[in-house]
Amino acid sequence: MNQSVILECRDVWKLYGPNAGTFLKNTPVPKKGDLGRAGLIGAVRAANVQIFKGEIFVIMGLSGSGKSTLVRCLSRLVEPTAGEIHFEGENLLNKSDKELIQIRRSKMGMVFQQFALLPHLTVLENAAFPLDVQGVPKAERLARAQEVVELVGLKGREGYYPRELSGGQQQRVGIARSLAVEPDLWFLDEPFSALDPLIRREMQDEFIRLQNMLHKTIVFITHDFDEAIRLADRIAVMKDGAIQQVAKPEELVLNPATDYVAEFTRHVNRAKVITAAALAEPLSGDSFSGTVPASATIESIGDRVEAAEHPFHVEQDGKIIGQITRSAVIDVLVGRR
Amino acid sequence: MGRWLTSGRVFWLGLFAVTWVLSQFSFQIYKALDARWIIRYPKKWQLPLEDSISSFLDWLVESANVYFFTFREFTRAIAALLEAPYQFLRNLLIEGFNTGYGDSAVQLAPSLGWVAVVVCAIAIGHYARNWALAALVGACFLYLAVFGQWHSAMITLASVLIAVPIGAVGGLFLGIAAYRAPWFNRLLQPVLDLMQTVPVFAYLVPILILFGFGPVAALVATVVYAMPPMVRITILSLHSVPEEIQEAGRMAGCTKRQIMWKVLVPSATPSLMVGVNQVIMLSLNMVIIASMIGAGGLGFDVLASLRRLDIGAGIEAGLAIVVMAIALDRASQAFAERSQRSLPEGNLLQRHPWSSTVLLVILANLVLGRFIPALQTYPDSLTLTTGPFWSDAMEWVNVNFFDTFEAIKVVVLQGLLLPVKKFFSGIPWAWGIIATGLISWRIGGWKLGIMAALMMAFIAASGLWGKAMITIYLCGVSVLIATVIGIPLGIWAAEKPNAGRVILGLMDTLQTLPSFVYLIPVVMLFRVGDFSAMIAVVLYALAPAVRYAAHGLRDVPEQMIEAGVMSGCTKRQLLWRVKLPLATPQLLLGLNQTIMLAISMLVITALVGTRDLGQEVYIALTKANAGQGIVAGLSVAFIAIVADRIVNALAEGQRRRLGL
Repeated sequence: MNQSVILECRDVWKLYGPNAGTFLKNTPVPKKGDLGRAGLIGAVRAANVQIFKGEIFVIMGLSGSGKSTLVRCLSRLVEPTAGEIHFEGENLLNKSDKELIQIRRSKMGMVFQQFALLPHLTVLENAAFPLDVQGVPKAERLARAQEVVELVGLKGREGYYPRELSGGQQQRVGIARSLAVEPDLWFLDEPFSALDPLIRREMQDEFIRLQNMLHKTIVFITHDFDEAIRLADRIAVMKDGAIQQVAKPEELVLNPATDYVAEFTRHVNRAKVITAAALAEPLSGDSFSGTVPASATIESIGDRVEAAEHPFHVEQDGKIIGQITRSAVIDVLVGRR
Repeated sequence: MGRWLTSGRVFWLGLFAVTWVLSQFSFQIYKALDARWIIRYPKKWQLPLEDSISSFLDWLVESANVYFFTFREFTRAIAALLEAPYQFLRNLLIEGFNTGYGDSAVQLAPSLGWVAVVVCAIAIGHYARNWALAALVGACFLYLAVFGQWHSAMITLASVLIAVPIGAVGGLFLGIAAYRAPWFNRLLQPVLDLMQTVPVFAYLVPILILFGFGPVAALVATVVYAMPPMVRITILSLHSVPEEIQEAGRMAGCTKRQIMWKVLVPSATPSLMVGVNQVIMLSLNMVIIASMIGAGGLGFDVLASLRRLDIGAGIEAGLAIVVMAIALDRASQAFAERSQRSLPEGNLLQRHPWSSTVLLVILANLVLGRFIPALQTYPDSLTLTTGPFWSDAMEWVNVNFFDTFEAIKVVVLQGLLLPVKKFFSGIPWAWGIIATGLISWRIGGWKLGIMAALMMAFIAASGLWGKAMITIYLCGVSVLIATVIGIPLGIWAAEKPNAGRVILGLMDTLQTLPSFVYLIPVVMLFRVGDFSAMIAVVLYALAPAVRYAAHGLRDVPEQMIEAGVMSGCTKRQLLWRVKLPLATPQLLLGLNQTIMLAISMLVITALVGTRDLGQEVYIALTKANAGQGIVAGLSVAFIAIVADRIVNALAEGQRRRLGL
């Protein structure tokens, strides 16, 4: 993965209430009680995030944790009270309205929780909408819209109106619309939360399929930890407006930074998160039943390792880094570890 | 005893007792203290508001200069702007296009024949929904032709067709401006409040003075009257577009203008169309009333026959108004509910089958009308008239049931109206102001208390206290009766779906009728006076009481009812212990609407000889006395505003208590 930073927010605050700006100027590092006494609500507090090119960055938190506000600060739909947001090296907050419109027209896309489709436009017209407002000629924009509509699997429904579609189909239109301008940075604000569990699963698969084709930089918001670990390269856990920990899913489970994160990860199916690398131990014998890649999750290899007589080699970049034993796998599967 | 006597009850009982005593003995008190000011607001304390307003308007019309032109030129310009399209529509629908005047007039093109207009109506009905609506709208217009109301109906229609686009588009733009600029919204809100409560007659007076007598003045009044709801609905529906949709627009890179016109307005279109429906119905209502300042048309026919006591003609014209209201309402409602369909393929003719058909019929009508006059103008010989039938029917009713009606009238008058009237008229003005303030303070806090007291003081200071009390008494009694009839009807409608459909359908229709229409049967049966006015007001104000009661009961969450059933409630207990308490906020909203409608109708009943504030406005209208009209109109508006705020505060309190 190319580790260049595409989006970075430094010490971003979003306070709601009277005179939020002056308050933050006078008390740059407010304590917990200070906000309440000033009649302010801290939707986002001192958020620092770096998002790398090409990764899926998930912001995770319960409702009211400030995750939606944070993503709106990142896209500047909401004006932060303080802090800096650097997009491709330039501070987004210094951009004029005009420049911001240009950035959104060419480099950003966003998918919304309630789909946010325009009720008076068809599927095709909705997908073409971002191009329409840029003044792209009709034939050209409809051709492009057709491409993205087919990409999300809605071929044959171009002429439907949003209300004639199921929730899952509507969100496919939302995804198509956000991809129409070929954005570099793709925001998804709880895109699957309004869907039934079965459809949600299907849409997650669809999302993974799309990302494997497109390789976008993604900021994905969710309140569903299972969804987060399924999709994320890295996860930021938020609580009460503050980021508790930013880490890979496995690290989050194995080394939670706070009690809150620990509480969250306690009920996660660890076999889905923990990889063979984490269980690798020094080689102890000579006989091995086989080799597993270091990045494989226990869920995917558990069955084989458990059934075998001898431990397996754990291999990373062509080198054996250790062994994984039957008992280690069982420990994870029964939740002992 | 101790538990029953809460502080709240003591307050209300005490207030009522004091008011009652003062009302009963005000005359004696005045004699004993030899202080006439107690019962009559002294003339020398009166504010000279009437004269100031009148002379201000005179100055405006006579000599005001706005930079380069006089105010009169300004109003003339507006008049000319309205006159041109109005005259065009009149030519199109009625008179045909002519050059020259009098005998030398040469017809360039005839007006649209009645056949063409009916076909247009049918096409619009079909376009808006389906064949059933097309048949209804077509039948309505056919009725107008067959029953000889065509000419007047087309005059009315022309006014409506001019007023509606201006009112709708103007309201849309004002609403958008208020949505965009909070300061403009803050400025606009009180104006809208006032516009919706100032009685219609009161608009007419200054407009009459500024624009003179005639159709254009009527158009101005209509637009002014019909616009406020559109402004409100625009603001409301723009605000109710989901935040996410707006954000989606911003993320797509929309400019501010694109957000408004490509995202917000199209998303809000269904609710905006509800506003347009309102504009249409209010315009029709006002065009009818504005016949008093020269709008002509069906309203004028009703007015003229009411003055002549020509029963048959009055009912005929009234029915034509009803028919027209139904056609306009149903068609515009269908437009509001119409959902987009995919466009059919093909060439221009195939894609627009209806437009082409209509165009063809108009052309054919134009050509054939030259040779067959019956296609151009509906032949008089085939006209049916129901006038004599109605006259006979009314006469028969009056001959056979006069005593019954008279008996009812006397009983209600003596048992209800007169005692209440005596009570309200007896209240000394000073105590009235204090009592209103106390009531408002108790229900809505000290701000409302002070506002209410000030408004009542304004009425007293304008020397209108006595008339205001008559307004309040008539309004109060009518609202009471409307509620007593309306809420049980609403309960019935909510409990029995079949009955409900009939009742609510009837109420919908009643509400679309212009207020003028209600006067006709009432005057025929009960002649003039307070009793007739009360009946008309009750009929007009009934609908919201029924509707809100039905909706309130139906909106009670299913779980609550199930909980009640499982607790072993009988049907009666379910109604009284579960449904009604939960529906109280809705019932109060219905009460609020009932009061508002009652006040607006009460002013119109001035035509049947009440002696309240409405009469004051009506007199001002006939004398073209702007000051008098505006002051009396403001007084009515203040009563309405005080009532509105009090009932709203009650509803709000109830909602808080129920945790809704």
